[in-house]
Amino acid sequence: MKPSRIGADFRIVYRSYSRNPVALFFSLIFPIILIGLFGLIFSSIGSTSATLVVLNEDHNSHDSQRFLSALNNTSLVSIKLESVAPADFATWLGQNDYSAGMIIPAGFQGNASNNTTTNLTLFVNPQDSATEGEVLTAVQGVAAAFNLEAKCGGATNCTPVIALAPLRNVGSQVYTYIDYLIPGLIGFSILTSPMFSLVDVSSSYRKEGIFRQLSLTPLTRAEWLTARVVWYVMLTFAAAGIMIGTGVYGFGAHVTLTLGMIPFLVVGPFFFVSLGMLCGTVSKTPEAAALIGNIVTFPMMFLSGTFFQVSSFPPDLAAVAHALPLYYVIDGMNQVMLFQNSTRAFTDFLVVLVASVVVFVLAVRLFQWRDER
Amino acid sequence: MGSAIEVHGLVKRYDGLAAVAGIDFEVPAGTVFAFLGPNGAGKTTTVEILEGLRRRTEGSVVVLGLDPWADGATLHRRIGVIPQDFHFFEKITPKEAIEYYRSLFGSDADPGRLLAQVELLDKSGARFDTLSGGQKQKLGLALALANDPEVCFLDEPTTGLDPHARRAIWSVIRSLRQDGRTVFLTTHYLEEAQLLADRVAIIHRGRIIASGTPDQIIRAHGRPARLRVAGPPGLADLLAKELGVRARFEDGRIEVDLADKRDALRILGAIERSGLPWDSFTTHEDTLEDVFVRMVGRMDDGALKSEVPS
Repeated sequence: MKPSRIGADFRIVYRSYSRNPVALFFSLIFPIILIGLFGLIFSSIGSTSATLVVLNEDHNSHDSQRFLSALNNTSLVSIKLESVAPADFATWLGQNDYSAGMIIPAGFQGNASNNTTTNLTLFVNPQDSATEGEVLTAVQGVAAAFNLEAKCGGATNCTPVIALAPLRNVGSQVYTYIDYLIPGLIGFSILTSPMFSLVDVSSSYRKEGIFRQLSLTPLTRAEWLTARVVWYVMLTFAAAGIMIGTGVYGFGAHVTLTLGMIPFLVVGPFFFVSLGMLCGTVSKTPEAAALIGNIVTFPMMFLSGTFFQVSSFPPDLAAVAHALPLYYVIDGMNQVMLFQNSTRAFTDFLVVLVASVVVFVLAVRLFQWRDER
Repeated sequence: MGSAIEVHGLVKRYDGLAAVAGIDFEVPAGTVFAFLGPNGAGKTTTVEILEGLRRRTEGSVVVLGLDPWADGATLHRRIGVIPQDFHFFEKITPKEAIEYYRSLFGSDADPGRLLAQVELLDKSGARFDTLSGGQKQKLGLALALANDPEVCFLDEPTTGLDPHARRAIWSVIRSLRQDGRTVFLTTHYLEEAQLLADRVAIIHRGRIIASGTPDQIIRAHGRPARLRVAGPPGLADLLAKELGVRARFEDGRIEVDLADKRDALRILGAIERSGLPWDSFTTHEDTLEDVFVRMVGRMDDGALKSEVPS
């Protein structure tokens, strides 16, 4: 590969793209519109039993057991007991993809006996509104029943034995839906811009004979594809900057800007440029290419954690999500931008990197400049 | 003068059907070679094989001493190609396009000089999608020259162009020949081939049916020169009786074959002496196009007849 040829081709891509207002709109402006829309609209998802991770500091006392059993019986939540340091509980939930957690503090049973209020701390994920709703309904309902039955006994002005502390968020700090949306929409941009463009370009250039024309020059297929990877990496950095800026200054989002984002902003476009090229290459006509591109793109767009947390999906759908490369891009960015979990981010990065190399090599091998018949 | 292109026994089959059915020809270096044929005759398949864009089924092809398929990367640095219906990146200007090719080839091509050569300098800053068909073809030609090629393959470079644009491209082709480059030209326009080509080959149904200089082909396959006189049918009878020539009457004109140019004077003298009314006269010689149409038509008729069950 010769850098001067990649540079020459890069200039062609840059000029073609920068002179195409529609392409620029979909790459740089459309994600901002999505941030605005999703920031304002609180969506809901059909319900299944939500997992509530419980940290029982009252050492499985009788009352705390009874409380948890009652929660389980609501069928709204499924209790999962864990043992984590309370101070790390929020971070731990985020790192392990749980959308809801609860701490039962030590002294729960004693307080109940003394008619003293115990504050339960609930952790929720604002991006997973369905789980938040289910958990709140279950906990508030069971707490009300406990208060009535066990202590107040119909008397007025009694002190409730269970109260809810202000809600806290999953993760190491207080996050809003928009915080989760930013990594998701950066992933959306990483997916859509190169995929739609490369699928179209690879089939239409073949139909118009531009690839045949290029095959008569010293430019190689790998150089051609590399120039596009470089362009989409730069475009992704620009789009990510705009989206983070809009999120932070327009909607008060909290995200950590870290160098750990860079690998995902590089490897993501690398993968999807190659995948777009592959889809266009295996299609015989531009129409077939568009169809294949859409079949590949749309499930990834919605199932990879772009708009909704994968942890809120039913198990079968979550398994599908884990097979999608975009999931690892978005999860990796969530890990570095929200949860500071570099170990898991590194694993995500490796998955995308290996997939990218495989798809790049396949695209270059299958993509023919000239007619091999 | 050595050969820039040598083709022997070239066959190209698609799913068992021969698009090119065993052709042989050579193109001397520094000449313009026109490859003619009706649609589907095998022209583009042949030229693409010569350019290294398509794999041959059988035979030997050598361009500038190289096998176009096996040595494509080396060959492509020494040839220039303008394909049929040339397309380029829509938002790129002619000047940027030539700079792009210059970078890819590592050549020192001057965009201004190349664009001036193809008469496109005034559009050097216009985007490709705003250029007319003729201007696009001119850019294709300029790009084909960006690497200072020894052989230029021009596949129907003037198809669909207006007469002015066509003449501009003819002028470039002549200048290429003057520079000592070899030009391999495929065209639908027989006039173009007759004007520009040193040698011509006519391909039909995958086989070469005639080759040589345009004059050689016309002499070998054309009809004799004819004199045409506008006049009554009685003139034809008179010429046949008085001069013993074969005179045909059709659409108000008498046509007589001329074995020698002096025959025309004899015939016109006889007409004048007859006292019969006559109007204008013309002489007519077969062009390459006449020969082409008749040869191809004859073969098609033969093919059609052979398909009719007896």
